[in-house]
Amino acid sequence: MEKYIFYILAFIMIVFAIASVTSRKMLRSVIYLLFTLCAIAGLYFLIDYNFLAAIQLTVYAGGIIVLIIFSVLLVHHIEMELEIAKLSKQILTSVACLIGLGVFLYTIYNHNFIVIEAAKTTTVADIGLLLLSYDAGGFILPFEVISILLLAAMIGAIVIAKGNKLTNKNETL
Amino acid sequence: MIFGVSIYELLTVTSILFFIGVYGFITRKNLISILISIELILNASVINFVVINKYLYPDMLQGVIFSIFIIAVAAAETALAVSIIINLYRQISSVEVKDTEIMKY
Repeated sequence: MEKYIFYILAFIMIVFAIASVTSRKMLRSVIYLLFTLCAIAGLYFLIDYNFLAAIQLTVYAGGIIVLIIFSVLLVHHIEMELEIAKLSKQILTSVACLIGLGVFLYTIYNHNFIVIEAAKTTTVADIGLLLLSYDAGGFILPFEVISILLLAAMIGAIVIAKGNKLTNKNETL
Repeated sequence: MIFGVSIYELLTVTSILFFIGVYGFITRKNLISILISIELILNASVINFVVINKYLYPDMLQGVIFSIFIIAVAAAETALAVSIIINLYRQISSVEVKDTEIMKY
């Protein structure tokens, strides 16, 4: 049963990813990306990482998609069609991508993965304890660095997005 | 792990997703479309971390924590990129790559 759910999810992921990079309507391409992200969250549920699936749904499907939709609505007319690349460039790029994919798959299928069969469920408490642990192998330092990074990104986004007015005000002072 | 699905199939799916993202990154001519392609590439790498953690080292959590960090960095990157795009649209009224010639203030 899980196998068929995985195949359905993989099909949804790949089809909507292709639709997302080839659609000529901007807003539709964003919505196709949303479907892909939801399918990825379904994959995390299937692989038994519930916390990661929740993060995927809230941060990606909830946050980033809304952000991109806002920027599309601010910047584009909804009905505007995107210009597409030349056919020769498209063919060249897809051939290059297929060659790269072939190299990837050749390497993957020639590597002998030692799979360990263990049905161990991870609780959110485990992740939280490891994130805040001071011991060897704990992740307290990267956790704090990421929080500083998010703060810096927030301030930077505000400053850049209203840039012009801010500099004008500084000049008059 | 998913019962009946080998690690090779999962890695195949993520490789395909990654190269769809690369294709979009090269062929698209709009800044927001390029951002969408970057999201696809980042997501493919996150699934790789999670799958390899689950299949090869099920007792550890390093892959999950790294994917949490990747998601946080991706969120910060998207916020900054969107603010840059909006600022650029105010100045040159376009978000096409070919019109983007000035990045100095």
